[in-house]
Amino acid sequence: MAVVFEKPKSLADVPLHYCPGCPHGIIHRLVAEAIDELGIEGKAIGVAPVGCAVMAYDYFTCDMIEAAHGRAPAIATGIKRCRPENIVFTYQGDGDLASIGMAETVHAAARNENITVIFVNNAIYGMTGGQMAPTSLPGQVTQTSPYGRDVNHCGWPIRVCEMLSTLEGPEFITRVAVNNVKNVNAAKKAIKKAFQNQMEGKGFNLVEVVSACPTNWGMTPQQALQWVESDMLPYYPLGVYKDRTAAKEGK
Amino acid sequence: MAKVTFRTDLCKGCGLCVNACPKGLLAIAADQINAKGYSPAVMTDMEKCIGCAFCATMCPDCIITVEK
Amino acid sequence: MAERVLMKGNEAIAEAAIRAGCRHYFGYPITPQTEIAAYMAKKMPKIGGVFLQAESEIASINMVYGAAAAGMRVMTSSSSPGISLKAEGLSYIAGSDVPALVVNVQRGGPGLGGIQPSQSDYFQATKGGGHGDYRMIVLAPASVQEMANLTIKGFNLADKYLMTSMILADGTIGQMMEPISFEDAQIETYEKPWALTGTDCKRKHNVVNSLYLQPDQLEKKNFERFERYRQVEENEAMWEEYMMEDAEICVVAFGIASRVAKNAIVAARKEGIKVGLIRPITLWPFPKKPLAAAAEKVNSFISVELSMGQMIEDVRLATQCKKPVSLCNRCGGMIPSPDEVLETIRNAQKGV
Repeated sequence: MAVVFEKPKSLADVPLHYCPGCPHGIIHRLVAEAIDELGIEGKAIGVAPVGCAVMAYDYFTCDMIEAAHGRAPAIATGIKRCRPENIVFTYQGDGDLASIGMAETVHAAARNENITVIFVNNAIYGMTGGQMAPTSLPGQVTQTSPYGRDVNHCGWPIRVCEMLSTLEGPEFITRVAVNNVKNVNAAKKAIKKAFQNQMEGKGFNLVEVVSACPTNWGMTPQQALQWVESDMLPYYPLGVYKDRTAAKEGK
Repeated sequence: MAKVTFRTDLCKGCGLCVNACPKGLLAIAADQINAKGYSPAVMTDMEKCIGCAFCATMCPDCIITVEK
Repeated sequence: MAERVLMKGNEAIAEAAIRAGCRHYFGYPITPQTEIAAYMAKKMPKIGGVFLQAESEIASINMVYGAAAAGMRVMTSSSSPGISLKAEGLSYIAGSDVPALVVNVQRGGPGLGGIQPSQSDYFQATKGGGHGDYRMIVLAPASVQEMANLTIKGFNLADKYLMTSMILADGTIGQMMEPISFEDAQIETYEKPWALTGTDCKRKHNVVNSLYLQPDQLEKKNFERFERYRQVEENEAMWEEYMMEDAEICVVAFGIASRVAKNAIVAARKEGIKVGLIRPITLWPFPKKPLAAAAEKVNSFISVELSMGQMIEDVRLATQCKKPVSLCNRCGGMIPSPDEVLETIRNAQKGV
């Protein structure tokens, strides 16, 4: 018998602090698998966010830095501009990337900064206990939208991939999900490509991973993954939003 | 013939693997409690396992090893 | 005779930084320091360095944080309102114990204030600015030559003590042209085993981080950091004494204010008033020793500042209020004339 599935080497052998059923663990693993398969563990430098994944620096075995809230793309820029031979990635949530760090996100994309951004969209601020996020859905009940997100009062959720794909800059912008096996496998492919592109010097790669927050959504893990399918994905359709190389090659 | 191994001490009993198994072979062992205080996932019938690794694919805590 | 070149203060900073081995500059335009960015934009691409104009002051300081963590000599420069925006990053850089050089060519405030010279960021520079317990080494040049020297010194100290060195200049010295020499530049280099270089799969991963959720660990980290700060205070205070041998009045001034004060002191000496100057070159660590010693000798102190009176608090602390300290100040971009300082000296002489 041969091992067909095991923990990737680049994922540290420590218990993850995430809530039961939190897909952060799946997404961490996909990142680590991509790093392993591309053989870049020794070259990778990761930037952890502020949010639930704040302690990601303990979970990846490559060199890591912990960013201020939203600033990961700027820090990644600083590192990559110093060490272009290294593979630099950020791992950020929706509040981090699409609210407080939107300027850093947009401009890193506009510069086509040669980095890989993993953007976990679970439509809520998880670490602080479930407040409305820039990606919370219309009508979504959170601690700070207790009567449901009223778009007339606090605006509409932001579709990051659609917005960034209007820029000339970025190389690869895609949205995936981790709510079932098929989608997890597709997410893995996208993440790997986002690293591969960086290795080839192609520029800015962002993979939005539509995720879930069972705890703060007030659901079981299974219900949460169903809600991703029924409510999240209609607003955040999966797909490749920009792929410059593919476009150039007429694919 | 396939073999699935759980690092039961790290399981949080979320049940995502249970749902993912196409053969319905996994269950949350309500009568067990691990060191973390959760009822862990267990394999109920190893003989029938096809080694598809769907359970491991969905496990957020990366506690499942699959051999085939 | 050392070769001398005529340079603007801001350009001297940029050239000195390059000579100190800085190859990465991240910044955002703001008056009156933009010559630094312009100089870097011109030079860096030609010497294999990186100049990048960031989308904001916040982004630029975080690019600095990333580059510093990657083990590079890196800098940013700005002016007062921009430094307020950088405060977040300064706190993270301090909390992560990585070295960086930040230049503040001050302008008047608060708010958007003005674009004329000021020293009103003294508190911000020496007492914090960002959140948490931390210090920065604050260097206050009073000439274009010192803009260069202290920039190099700043990089050395930052690497040595793993903290931010801030050049606290002002618009006058930034814009002023003087002949300077780089011949005495002493470049020190330090090993950076903590830097993010990629593990090469040969060592445990390095983590650059300021998060310590366990209070005892955070406290320990702060204690360790402050032990390092204590060494800085013990070893690195710099100051100049001018006509202090027989002084009965001690003027305390830094940067451009010290140059005005020197003129006033020369004039006062002609009137027979025994007055001298202590010029702090490091504002943190503040030169407490010479001030404490002066407090045993002189009758009074005068703090000359381009602010509503900020350094005066440190003068009082350093002298333990043993002698009266008066203030001679202008602010908002105004600079006191030598006559105004002279008048304050005369009043001090009269005991007014």
